[in-house]
Amino acid sequence: MTTHVEDRFEHHSEKPAGVSAQVETSHDVQVSTPAKICGMGHRMKRKEDPRFIQGRGRYVDDVKLPGMLYMDIVRSPYAHAKILSIDATEALATEGVLAVITGEDLKEAGNLHWMPTLMSDTQMVLPIEKVVYAAQEVCVVIATDRYIAADAIEKVYVDYEPLDPVVDPFEAMKDEVIVRDDKEAKTNHIWHWEAGDKEATDQAFAEAAHVVEESMHIPRIHVSSIETCGMVANYDKIQEHMQIYMTSQAPHAHRTVFALVSGLPEHKIQIISPDIGGGFGGKVPVYPGYVCCAVASLVTGKPVKWIEDRSENLQADSFARDYHIKAKMASDASGRITALKVETLADHGAADAAANPSKFPAGLYSICTGSYDMKAAHVAVDGVYTNKPPGGVAYRCSFRVTEAVHMIERMTDILAHDLGEDPADLRSRNFIRPDQFPYRSPTGWEYDSGNYQAALDKAKEMIGYDELRREQLEKRARGELMGIGISSFTEVVGAGPSKDYDILGIKMFDSAEVRIHPTGKAIARFGTKSQGQGHETTYAQILAEELGLPASDIQVEEGDTDTAPYGLGTYASRSTPTAGAAGAMAARKIKAKAKKIAAYLLEVGEDDLEWNVDRWQVKGSPEQAKTIQDIAFAAYTNHPPGMEAGLEATDYYDPPNLTFPFGSYICVVDIDKGTGEVKVRRFVAVDDCGNIINPMIVEGQIEGGLTMGLAPALFEEIVYDDQGQNLSGTLADYLVPTAVESPKWELGKTITPSPHHPIGAKGVGESPTVGAPPAIANAVVDALWHLGVRHLDIPISPQKVWKALRDAGVRG
Amino acid sequence: MSRHEISLTVNGAEAKGEVEARLLLVHFLREDLDLTGTHIGCDTTSCGACTVILNGKAVKSCTVFAVQADGAEVETIEGVATEEGLHPLQEGFWEKHGLQCGYCTPGMILSAKHLLAKNPNPTEEEIRWGISGNLCRCTGYNKIVEAIQYAAEKLRNAETEEARQEVSA
Amino acid sequence: MIPGAFDYHSPSTLEEAVALLARHGDEAKILAGGQSLIPAMRFRLAAPEVLIDINRLEGLQYIREENGYLAIGGLTRESALEESPVVQQRYPLLADTARVIADPLVRNLATVGGNLAHADPANDHPATMLAYGASVVAQGPGGSRVLSIDDFFTDLFENALASDELLTEVRIPEPQPGSGGAYIKVERKVGDYAISAVAVQLRLHGEICSDVRIGLTNVSAVPFRATEAESCLEGKALSEEVLEAVGQAAAGQCDPSADLRGSVEYKRDLTRVLTQRAVTQAIARAKGGSQ
Ligand SMILES: Cc1cc2nc3c(=O)[nH]c(=O)nc-3n(C[C@H](O)[C@H](O)[C@H](O)COP(=O)(O)OP(=O)(O)OC[C@H]3O[C@@H](n4cnc5c(N)ncnc54)[C@H](O)[C@@H]3O)c2cc1C
Ligand code: FES
Ligand code: FES
Repeated sequence: MTTHVEDRFEHHSEKPAGVSAQVETSHDVQVSTPAKICGMGHRMKRKEDPRFIQGRGRYVDDVKLPGMLYMDIVRSPYAHAKILSIDATEALATEGVLAVITGEDLKEAGNLHWMPTLMSDTQMVLPIEKVVYAAQEVCVVIATDRYIAADAIEKVYVDYEPLDPVVDPFEAMKDEVIVRDDKEAKTNHIWHWEAGDKEATDQAFAEAAHVVEESMHIPRIHVSSIETCGMVANYDKIQEHMQIYMTSQAPHAHRTVFALVSGLPEHKIQIISPDIGGGFGGKVPVYPGYVCCAVASLVTGKPVKWIEDRSENLQADSFARDYHIKAKMASDASGRITALKVETLADHGAADAAANPSKFPAGLYSICTGSYDMKAAHVAVDGVYTNKPPGGVAYRCSFRVTEAVHMIERMTDILAHDLGEDPADLRSRNFIRPDQFPYRSPTGWEYDSGNYQAALDKAKEMIGYDELRREQLEKRARGELMGIGISSFTEVVGAGPSKDYDILGIKMFDSAEVRIHPTGKAIARFGTKSQGQGHETTYAQILAEELGLPASDIQVEEGDTDTAPYGLGTYASRSTPTAGAAGAMAARKIKAKAKKIAAYLLEVGEDDLEWNVDRWQVKGSPEQAKTIQDIAFAAYTNHPPGMEAGLEATDYYDPPNLTFPFGSYICVVDIDKGTGEVKVRRFVAVDDCGNIINPMIVEGQIEGGLTMGLAPALFEEIVYDDQGQNLSGTLADYLVPTAVESPKWELGKTITPSPHHPIGAKGVGESPTVGAPPAIANAVVDALWHLGVRHLDIPISPQKVWKALRDAGVRG
Repeated sequence: MSRHEISLTVNGAEAKGEVEARLLLVHFLREDLDLTGTHIGCDTTSCGACTVILNGKAVKSCTVFAVQADGAEVETIEGVATEEGLHPLQEGFWEKHGLQCGYCTPGMILSAKHLLAKNPNPTEEEIRWGISGNLCRCTGYNKIVEAIQYAAEKLRNAETEEARQEVSA
Repeated sequence: MIPGAFDYHSPSTLEEAVALLARHGDEAKILAGGQSLIPAMRFRLAAPEVLIDINRLEGLQYIREENGYLAIGGLTRESALEESPVVQQRYPLLADTARVIADPLVRNLATVGGNLAHADPANDHPATMLAYGASVVAQGPGGSRVLSIDDFFTDLFENALASDELLTEVRIPEPQPGSGGAYIKVERKVGDYAISAVAVQLRLHGEICSDVRIGLTNVSAVPFRATEAESCLEGKALSEEVLEAVGQAAAGQCDPSADLRGSVEYKRDLTRVLTQRAVTQAIARAKGGSQ
């Protein structure tokens, strides 16, 4: 498969609807409703918390159904091997074991042994001929109890003929070992993708006064949400109905995929995504375990539970990143960036199982010119198969933006250092200016709003930048190593306009359905699915803001495909930009009807009414008013003749453009010359996510994202040996930071609303994960630059720093 | 292989069971007693999602056999609130936004409960080290630390108040 | 990950425990804190047929000074060391060590006896006890015997206990005047096993170091003493040259293997640096009067 998307301008040639020119930046959160209503801007305590703090959350593993069976999975010890035979006799003879399902069985059941990935590639559910990565699902055992199932998988004997694996993506490009010989084309090369203008970029490089170049690897990492993946599938043979509890970030899309794959009619499938213990992108794909679990219930006619172990989760589920990048940046003599050229090899493992919108095999990677105004850019990415688990999903980030931001922020620092300039000053010189918005980037994006200098200024002030630079000089003179790193990132979230964005053909709108009861209480259902983001609270606040109903009177529900309106789910910071907007739009429809009712009740014309927080009142005589509660009651008891009763509305919101949150982060590190340890002394994060719905929740999202940015910068990496064995396949070796590694985050904000979003919000959950790694990496390199160190790949382990120091002749 | 009758006190009430020797305490609590507030997040004793208080000490219930808890007192998240209402730690987590997905929360609260029992006035550093056996993937820990500080202060005040009343009585 | 099935015994007396051990021989394993054994069983790296739970044995959890040594009951939890005033005040090397083992939840169950008996070179107590010149008491069917820690670690995960013996006590010689010790560990994150760690215990007479003992963690297949580094310091006053030589000797004598924690070169050099730091701190403590 080769996709050329050469002219990205084409997709953004029209000016997105609703985009106005420059918007003002402020520093304070706007609040326009009283505490009783708790609309936008209030630090409302979360409505979902009482159940969680008392142990009454309901996660998939908490679901227990009568007669439930358990599934466990036999996995491959090899990264690449032929399957000669599978002998399950002994397992089947064990008391309590009901069935063993193999690839052959799935094939017989209707070619269920393969399934599509979200990128229209294919992936084995269970293999028949060969396995293509270590820990691959080989067959499943169904038993009456989890302990019996665990014993039984030891009694399934699989005879393998090991094949040479190809683990390194550059080796894979040579096509000496073919990973996917099921495909017609005998090549590991999956696709080639380009964005930007190559000629203009070459031209700019030819004219450049200065060029910097660097290779970097952004390694495989894993979201490792504390809850692993799992399912309870409950097939009722009589009703021919499949009820599924699933750790899903996108239950509606998953229902459609299940319907397409299994042939079960979609109305006979109900997917319930109950409380989810963190998602971050890892619960977007459909994994073989899910399919097997559903098949197991179909076969046995009983409920079947499958809950992944952590080691299975780390070894087999979709990974993130794994981009090998070669970047070049050009500038003129005055240090103005003129062009960027990027070549990337994307290691996808044994299948392209990313979760990008289908037109974007490398996601939104072409956002890589970042916050800087330059003439030209060109990006080329090649996808390649290797004998590693499939993937390419997010890690609390929007479709490959993290890779893009890491590259551009590292390159900007390298350029600054090469020119002997302060990295903050060089950034300021190159920022897209506020008066340039809406800004068209050289790779075709239309940035909605931004004020990059304001965010950087605030971060510098909060951390005391100039003072720190003085301290650094003094320390350096004494031979001590301290570094200051900046990252002034631009995110791109809220996928997305249906013109360009779909997943397996389903457009990336999202939805809300709001119904107000006669007594003025409401239920609102959304097509997204919270995994900790606090939708039950923030969506209620959006509706409270719009309708004047107290947020506490609004029940928010998501995740049950039988009741919620269709939506694409929660990932890529899209919930607020899409479903949040749908909520606001639905509320506005309700408000319009409410106005008619109020006019009828007050016996005035609609034009005589104005909205005031929670009521329609007569202009000039506010004592003549009908509150939303009055109107709700009337909607069922005394509505105008000829009008439909009830007060409810649905909205499917198709955003006119993406939103572009941004921020400036500054990090200070101290380095131990003896051990190579890096200590993050301070970290200031100034974020701008547009209008803020709940400042407390926004802070929580940012702090959490920062720790998930620290993690890949200093700790986490999925490492394979040359045989394709995962060396970091448990939480003992996959280093998720604790409260000790995680510094005390210091937050600041600017507020530059999105001009095209109904409530001016942009989405925030992922900015920090995107922005933090380069700030940290830049700080470490900043500490070592004078020793001749230009770059260190993340994660920056003590060993890497130690080696850089010793190579530079520094002995601790 | 060997099966054992066990009897223990869980959240103040007697619990009995007949268990296989290898049954992990966390599974006994979740499956046999339906106390699903205690979670499982790993298989290497790394995450602390399964933390309960066993005979007064916070431990990882995935690394204790149920049979070992015969005769013991166990406290799980379901037993933390009392008739009078939420425990100050539960209040603190709610008030300070110490949780997002909630999956690590029961373990965090029980770990913190034991920490505060040993050290009623911990420094921020001591809190961070004190919960270092519990992983949270969502919050970035700042607000968990604040939640524990909130509870510590509230518990200390309650103690002073009690002492004052005793003196005056 | 679920352990394989086994028979479970929980004796209430030491005699009973030893008898069970004698009866089941190699098929049996002792279950102490379970914090090494149960994870290994969950991955089925260990599959004992019989577990003998010693947690119900009375009188194996204590920390007390007697007869010129600090006696620590074999079943004493790590958290008890952290909370023990005598350890905190008089045994800084041990106090340093207990703080950096695993995490607080694991330390509430993990035992000192189990930590040594497991004979894992990645565990922290072996180096510390080697530096202290400790001894362990083993109880078998025929009574008890005292083993020097120097003879205790025989191979990777192998110790000198007979299959029917139980480790009941660890004895650390009481510090002499002018003693000092320190344990310094570098780990990838809190709760991790060491990349390298160094335990130093020594005595100062004026400026001269004596009775120097240095134990190293996770840089060899079997826990061991950096005897060459000890000799570089023994009988000498601390100087830059001496410190350099001590560090070099420890780096030279250790025998790490490359893994995710680091390359052989890194671990050696880290051992050099940590040895120098631990020696410096031990001497500072010896001077400061805190042993
Ligand atoms: C997440 C995690 C992190 C850890 N990090 C560290 C660390 O950083 N440093 C460190 O040192 N340790 C660490 N450990 C290991 C921990 O300290 C263990 O508890 C210790 O190694 C074994 O002690 P135990 O009491 O749990 O022994 P068990 O697990 O019960 O037993 C271990 C072995 O010793 C034998 N045994 C136990 N007691 C006796 C006895 N009295 N006589 C004879 N044989 C006996 C058992 O039969 C078994 O073979 C960690 C453990 C975990 C789970
Ligand atoms: S489940 Fe992770 S420590 Fe118990
Ligand atoms: S709140 Fe999600 S893991 Fe802590």
